[in-house]
Amino acid sequence: MRSIEEINAKIKSGKVVVATAEEVVGLVKDKGVKAAARQVDVVTTGTFGPMCSSGMYFNLKQSTPKIKCGGGRVTVDGVTAYAGWAAADICLGCTALTDDDPRNAVYPGLFKFGGAHVIQKLVEGQKVKLEAKAYGTDCYPRKEYSAELGLEDFNSAVLFNPRNAYQLYNVAINLGQKTIYTYMGVLKPRIGNANYSTTGALSPLLNDPKLRTLGIGTRIFLGGGQGYIIWPGTQHVAEPKRGEHDLPLTPSATVAVIGDLRGMNVKYLRAASLTGYGVSLSLGFGLPIPVVDEEVMAFCAISDAEITYPIVDYSENYPLGRVADLGRVSMAELMSGSIEINGKKVPTGCLASRAVGRQVALELKQMISEGRFLLTRPVAPLPGAQLAAAL
Amino acid sequence: MAKKKLVLSFPPRLIQEPVTYNLIRQYDLQVNILRATVHPRERGRMVVELQGSKKSLDQGLAYLEEQGVQVDTLVQEMRHYDERCVHCTACTAVCPTDALTVDSQTRELVFDASQCIMCESCIAACSYGAMESQF
Ligand code: SF4
Ligand code: SF4
Repeated sequence: MRSIEEINAKIKSGKVVVATAEEVVGLVKDKGVKAAARQVDVVTTGTFGPMCSSGMYFNLKQSTPKIKCGGGRVTVDGVTAYAGWAAADICLGCTALTDDDPRNAVYPGLFKFGGAHVIQKLVEGQKVKLEAKAYGTDCYPRKEYSAELGLEDFNSAVLFNPRNAYQLYNVAINLGQKTIYTYMGVLKPRIGNANYSTTGALSPLLNDPKLRTLGIGTRIFLGGGQGYIIWPGTQHVAEPKRGEHDLPLTPSATVAVIGDLRGMNVKYLRAASLTGYGVSLSLGFGLPIPVVDEEVMAFCAISDAEITYPIVDYSENYPLGRVADLGRVSMAELMSGSIEINGKKVPTGCLASRAVGRQVALELKQMISEGRFLLTRPVAPLPGAQLAAAL
Repeated sequence: MAKKKLVLSFPPRLIQEPVTYNLIRQYDLQVNILRATVHPRERGRMVVELQGSKKSLDQGLAYLEEQGVQVDTLVQEMRHYDERCVHCTACTAVCPTDALTVDSQTRELVFDASQCIMCESCIAACSYGAMESQF
């Protein structure tokens, strides 16, 4: 139908036609897959929600005398960073905390400040306090260093996620007798509520369930800037069970992503404090899907009513790794505000933001339409996937 | 029938007095206590919803003032900070009333303060500090 090169040529000449994954649902209903695929060159997707596997790494500018942080100890605004690399490469995970944070000793912990807050401060343009202690060597004699630094003061500052953008996620409930505090939010006892975390029909990897157009090297929207898929995400499952429309029924694809922190903005990068659970970083993630054949469009047109998620109990089954079939619910039902479980009406709440996910998809659409974002052909598929021949 | 959400502040000497009981018995008011805090030897504070005929409501309020209870209309005890909100809707699942709902079109959060009973469930449910109590 059309190759990536042809799409990019259209982007450069300003003739490209882009639609969001929400917009093509209606378009395909009206005109059918064939006509929609002819009309639209690129479909944009988007999500925004807590992604705990986020962190940044940065490279410190050396001052004289030089310091070797590797093997020493580094904190940023009091939050413990990882200093197990070379002299000046430091990694700060979003869930890291300060030593004196009470954590869950005062239950449920509030987790008001952690690595994600440091990352957000930097992206906002604020300075953070870096403190390093080292053992000193002949070539790096300095043993202590402390400075107030902003994003521009580093040689580089990179956002990195070893696992991100789950294709499929659980709907969490609590079958127990007391309120629990989880990464799926506050869950009230006796199925008091059901929490989900996905943008459904707008969700990036769900719009290309068999990963036919994306892979290692795919350029994406990340945190308001641009980034890349660099590897399968940790816990990526190559061959999940699939149901109707090839949608996964069991845990499936994830991706590892990377992007320059400079250029990101706090509209799409926000520290989150999950009560009783910990700190996380909420990120805007958008995937452009090139419409290289009709099959691509057919997948993008899948609606909220057709996507289902498994219900999982987080009071016992999840923590103990037990598998129990509590049924599935559709995204459309979840979005209605309540679902029915065992004849009981249960209010639903979401951890991912459909509203911000929509902004991601629209912003990516605008970037592509204005020629500021070109598509990439993946250099390799993700495990279990086969790239579309037309790509 | 008239209904009012009020903040009552009691001076220490009144904390032992059966003020709410009198409101119910003598003034025939329905008293719904939404929140109450008492600090020993200091003031007590109570957020109540009073319901009754216009006349008994006026008389009840006059009685409270006579007793030395400071009566303030409740402006907004829970506050929603729009600039912190990411519209995830996590808070809507724990809100016992329709104070927090989602607009089905925009998928944005809608906060209707008039329905809020100040249970504070939403504070723990929000990861972005967008719901705060002013109490
Ligand atoms: S305080 Fe309670 S009633 Fe008020 S908005 Fe929050 S959850 Fe709803
Ligand atoms: S939980 Fe917080 S961020 Fe999410 S919709 Fe409610 S107020 Fe907004």
